[in-house]
Parts: sequence; C-alpha cells; structure tokens
Amino acid sequence: MSKSKSAYSTPTKLGKLDTHIIVVWVDNEASVLSRVVGLFSGRGYNIESLAVAEIDHKKSLSRITIVTTGTPQVIEQIVLQLKKLVPVHKVGNFKRDNKNVIFKEMALLKIVANSSKIKKALNACKKYNPVILDQTNKSIVIQITALRKEIDNVTKNLKTRGLVSASRTGAVAMTRGAEIFN
Amino acid sequence: MVKLYSGAEIVFKCLEDQKVEHIFGYPGGAVLPIYDELKNHPTIKHILVRHEQGAGHAAEGYARSSGKPGVVLVTSGPGATNVVTALTDAYMDSVPLVCISGQVPTHLIGTDAFQECDTTGITRPCTKHNWLVKDINDLPRIMHEAFDVATSGRPGPVLVDIPKDIQFAKAKYFKPKKEKKLKGKILNKFNQKDIDQLINLMSKALKPVFYTGGGVINSGPKACELLRELVSLTGFPITSTLQGLGAYPGDDNQFLGMLGMHGTYEANNAMHDCDLLINIGARFDDRITGKIDEFSPKSKKVHIDIDPSSINKIIKVDLSIVGDVAEVINSTTKNLKKKNFNLKNSNKQKISNWWQQIQKWRTKKSLNFVNSSTIIKPQHAVQRLYELTKNQDTYITTEVGQHQMWAAQHYKFNKPNRWMTSGGLGTMGYGLPAAVGVQVAHPKKLVVDIAGEASILMTMQEISTAVQYNLPIKIFIMNNQYMGMVRQWQELLHEKNYSESYSEALPDFVKLAEAYGCVGIRAKSPDELDEKIREMISIDRPVIFDCQVDQDENCYPMIPSGKPHNQMLLGPKDQDENKITGKGKALV
Repeated sequence: MSKSKSAYSTPTKLGKLDTHIIVVWVDNEASVLSRVVGLFSGRGYNIESLAVAEIDHKKSLSRITIVTTGTPQVIEQIVLQLKKLVPVHKVGNFKRDNKNVIFKEMALLKIVANSSKIKKALNACKKYNPVILDQTNKSIVIQITALRKEIDNVTKNLKTRGLVSASRTGAVAMTRGAEIFN
Repeated sequence: MVKLYSGAEIVFKCLEDQKVEHIFGYPGGAVLPIYDELKNHPTIKHILVRHEQGAGHAAEGYARSSGKPGVVLVTSGPGATNVVTALTDAYMDSVPLVCISGQVPTHLIGTDAFQECDTTGITRPCTKHNWLVKDINDLPRIMHEAFDVATSGRPGPVLVDIPKDIQFAKAKYFKPKKEKKLKGKILNKFNQKDIDQLINLMSKALKPVFYTGGGVINSGPKACELLRELVSLTGFPITSTLQGLGAYPGDDNQFLGMLGMHGTYEANNAMHDCDLLINIGARFDDRITGKIDEFSPKSKKVHIDIDPSSINKIIKVDLSIVGDVAEVINSTTKNLKKKNFNLKNSNKQKISNWWQQIQKWRTKKSLNFVNSSTIIKPQHAVQRLYELTKNQDTYITTEVGQHQMWAAQHYKFNKPNRWMTSGGLGTMGYGLPAAVGVQVAHPKKLVVDIAGEASILMTMQEISTAVQYNLPIKIFIMNNQYMGMVRQWQELLHEKNYSESYSEALPDFVKLAEAYGCVGIRAKSPDELDEKIREMISIDRPVIFDCQVDQDENCYPMIPSGKPHNQMLLGPKDQDENKITGKGKALV
C-alpha cells in the first residue's frame, strides 16, 4: 500500500470478473432507460451492450437486455439495485456461458467492392445466417446474427474485403426449451 | 357530474388525505398556483424558509423526529437545484421526504425557459423515485404513490415535478388506495427457518455482539422497545452506529457506546473479537468497518435489513434476514420465549468471559480527555449540556465535524427520534434547519443544535425562520475558529499544514443573534459554562450560544489509517506509544 493520505480505504483485491446478461422488464414510461443506465453509471457498473424495446404494447412493458461484467458481488448488487427501481417488474440474470440461454446480436454490414470480393465476403458470413438486404454491382448489405465474438471476428476479416460500414445491436437473450423466466 | 379540481387543489387534497400538517417551502414563479391555493387549506401550515436547502433539512428534522414524511415545496430551476443537497442527504440517511417542485409550463420544457432545469434528471440519482407530471389526470395517482414510495421499505426522498400549466389544469380527484402494492417491493421475506438459524447461532455464541443502526429507529418506536427486550433477554452486549443512537438507552450497562472511526474502545474491540455479529438495520458503512479485509475476522455474521441490496454489499454475511426490523425482532423474541430459551440465564456462564473481556476494555475509558480549568474543552461542554438537559425530553441536532462526534460520544440518548445528524452525506449546515423542523414537530420540547462555527455559517439564514415562527431552538456553537475535523486530519496526516481550515474572519455571534432578533449568549471559561447553559435553556426564544472552546482539541478515540478495529488511537496519553505509521495514514 502506498503512503496514501486519503480519507478512505484503499481498494481490496478484485475478484474474478464474469460476464452476465441481465434482463430487465420495465414499464415503458418516460426516462425509464435513464434510470436503469444511470444506476449503472452512478454506481460504477460496466455496460458492454444494451438492447431495449417495447415487448407488450397493451401492458406498456419494455424489455432491456444488458451485457455487463463484474465480480459475483457486483453482479448480485446490480440485480438487487435494479429490483429496487419503481418501474422495474422483474430482473433476470444469466451467465454468458449458460448453455440454457440463447444470446444473439445482429449486425448490418455494408461491403463496397468488386464482385469477387463480395462473394468472398458473403462466404465469410456463411455460418451466421446471412441475409442479403440490398445488392448492387459494387456493393452489398448483409445482415448476420451471431454472438458478439463471432461478429467481432467477421468484421475483422471483412476489413480487407471492402467492409465500409457496420451497424450492430446489443445482445438479446431467450431461454431454451419450454420454460419461461419468472 | 363529477367535480373537477385544479392541479393545485389536487396537490392539497392529496396532502390532506395523507394527513400532512406542515410543509416547508419557498415560493417562486412556477409554483404560484399552488401557493395561491394554500389559503384554502387551514389544516396545512406552511413554514417559509430562507433557502430551499433549509426547507429540505427542516423537513428531514421534522421527519426523523416525528416518524412522518417531511414535505417540501419549491419552485423550478434554482428552487429545485438548491434542494438537491437535502434530497441527497435524505437519500443517504433513509429519511422519508416528499418534495414537490414547480416546473415551467409543459410547452416550454426543453426550451431553456426562464428558471427551467431538468429537475427529474438532476434528482434521479438522489431520490428513490421521481415523477414529471405531464398529464393532469395522473396527478392524484402520482401524489399518493409518492407518499407510498417515500415511506415504504427503506424510506427515502421522492420528488414530484409539476409544470405550471398542470397546476391550473382540471381533473377528477381520487383518494389513496389502501394497501397499494409496489410491484412486490414491500419486503418481509424472512421465514421461520431464518429465525431458527438465528436462534441457533445465538445459543452457540461465546462472544456475541449486537450492532444496530438507523434501521431500528426507522422501523419505529415499537422496534426500539422490542430491541430492548431482545437485548435484555439475551444478555448480549450492544453497540450502535451514529444513526442508531437512541434506539437503545445510552446509559445502560449492556450498551458499549457508538462504534466506528470515533467509536469507543470497547465497542470496536468487541466488533473485532466477537464470534457472532448481529447487524440490525445498519449498513456496514466505511466509517464503521475500517479496513474491510480485517473487519471482524472471527465472527459469524448476521444481517437483518429491510433493503435486500444492503445485504452482502460491503461485507459478506453468513445469514441474511430481509424484513422489517420490528417484525424480525418480534419473531425472534417470541421464539426465544416459546422455547423457554432464556439465554440470559442459561448462557450467562457461556458469555461471562466475554463480558469480563469487555470490562477490561472499558477500563481504558477511551472517551476520557484532559479537562482544563481555564479553557472550555469541547467534550466538557457537551457533557455539561447533557447533564443540564437530561432531565427533560431533549432533541439534539448537529452539524458535521468534530462537534458532531463529541456530541455522539458524550450525549447519552435514551429514546429514539431524539438525535438528528447527517451521517451518510455529512452535510455541514444540516443542524440548524433540522432543528427548525424538529421544533415545528415538537413545539413544546427543548431542541438544541450542537454546532460548529464553520457549519453554522452555511445555513445561518434559517435563524430568521426560527424567529418568524417563534421556534425557540438553541444553537449551541462550539466555536474553535477552525474547521475542526479538517484541522485534525491536517495535524495528523498533512504535517500540520493547516491549509485553509482557519476562519480568519468570523461574525460576532452575540451581535448576530441580536441582529436576527433572537438572543445571543457567550461563554468563555469553564466556570461560567453551567450558568450560561441554564440561562440558554430558560429562554423561550431562539438562542445562539457562542461557546468558545479549545482550538487544538482533537477528537479521540479514532481508528487510524489502514488499521482494523482493535488498533485504535486513544487520547493524548496513549498516543506517544502508538504513532501512526506511514502505512497507517490511508484510512483516517
């Protein structure tokens, strides 16, 4: 410990960091997203990605999916703090390596290149459910859905194959099988 | 046809149905319709403060001394930003406040209109919840929900921002619904198994200690009674946080005094050496725990709290019981009695060694100080104030700093809701407006703000409020001309470089009192102190008492720097033996 003159304790050793997907069901009302995001920034939690949209118009419910990293204690705090927010209905918490949960991100990739390069690019996306949304003789827009890491890899590969623009969503999650989260 | 009410009328109808008797506020352009409506509601008395921060702290003092939510009414823009400190203070110390703020008319929101600010944005991190009312039809529901949120679970501040056009608009009024469910957020989640586990741990413990906090007081007077019964039933020692003082009688033999950075030697050592730590309504604040790695290393830890997010936040515990303190204690004592499990007798032998150890620590007399016959020692001043006021029901507020710690150490509280201090946020300037609020709630009682001369100048203007409403608060300033706690740290940690902690110019507090229309008293030497304090108590008007104390006195004992609970720094005598090492400086 250095000769700190702080009025506060020095940080203790950080525990192991895990990546979790936190799913939050909230009332779709004004400023609800800022409450959730503000909780993260205010308490120093990390947000890797964020996806949010209304899922039930009648009940005015939105589902927020947040990918975050933290020690087990921090993840526990995130869940408990979220549950305290008034517009929050329920909170789901899944480890990223949980086999019973599907995680997906979507990306739109624009490639501007000659036809042989475009072909190669499409080939590189083969494994990730590519959908061609637009095509000209000099360009193509491909939609893929995959894990974050996979999209990272694809975009890295495509840099040399004419990728000029990539637009990505945050992860969304769904449990496998007939079970639903309560 | 159903009668329609204006937004301003609805605000007051809600306040009436919520049984609000006092509101603290300051008018301005964006709340004028509400102020216009005030005259039609004689059961609600408005206290005009001199600054919105004062309104917030006054409402806090009101709430903490009465157990009812404090209500604040401010205007838009600066009115709202001025109240932010008080909202944050209430948030940190779990005080129920309902703040109503005016806002510019709906169509001007977002245009940088005159006295506009993003009030709900600014106050989001310092309230439990806030609302911007955009539709008059939502107003009754939101107002009632605001009171629900503020007072349920772990209490805290909320804010309702009402644009001026909404205050004029008309709608139907609804009474509050009984038993509103806040999406399952009312928490009494414990079950019999938890209680059985707790009793099992209690029956096995050789060195148990209760560590109780503000949660007991927030749970209500009943919780404090139940706590006393539990402590007496078990025979266990008990220590309290700053906010918990008064939940258990300060002069009782089982009470070890306050714990933490400036807690007693016996309380901190008991925390360190215990084998069972039962936290009731406290939150393992960093001023309590000191160095986390070495906090109470040998103990099983139990945490009873209504707020699930307080559990395992700082300290991992072995048993957590989420619920209202009163109900958990009630269930515990019932079970103890049912099993005819009188720990006091059966375990007396078991924990007698523990009590002997505690007695040894007590002989250190860690609150002792070297008194003087020529200069008033601040600890002596608090002791005399206590002795001369203990025979009447006295309410104490404080500012923040050395005087606050001395008050906590030397003033013994026997009842809950008698001690109002800013613990979490540490807001200098809290005590005077808080005293105003306390006196409003308890007009006939003695209310003393134990203050420092630096803190008091931060919200001095509120003495004018006290004069206006004939609130006979006593401002007991322990004047050492320094920001004492800053000076103490500079002395101990920064090589006596007293950078900007000395006030070279201070007002003459006696003349200042007279200028405000109240009474000023000055005490300079120990032999006149008692007589002057008696004079202060006898005056039925606001008094500013300028008690000129030793400038160099430091607040001991203290847990220095990177040290655990069992390595405290005691008073001047002890210090030569235990110099703070370089390593130790970090935690002070």
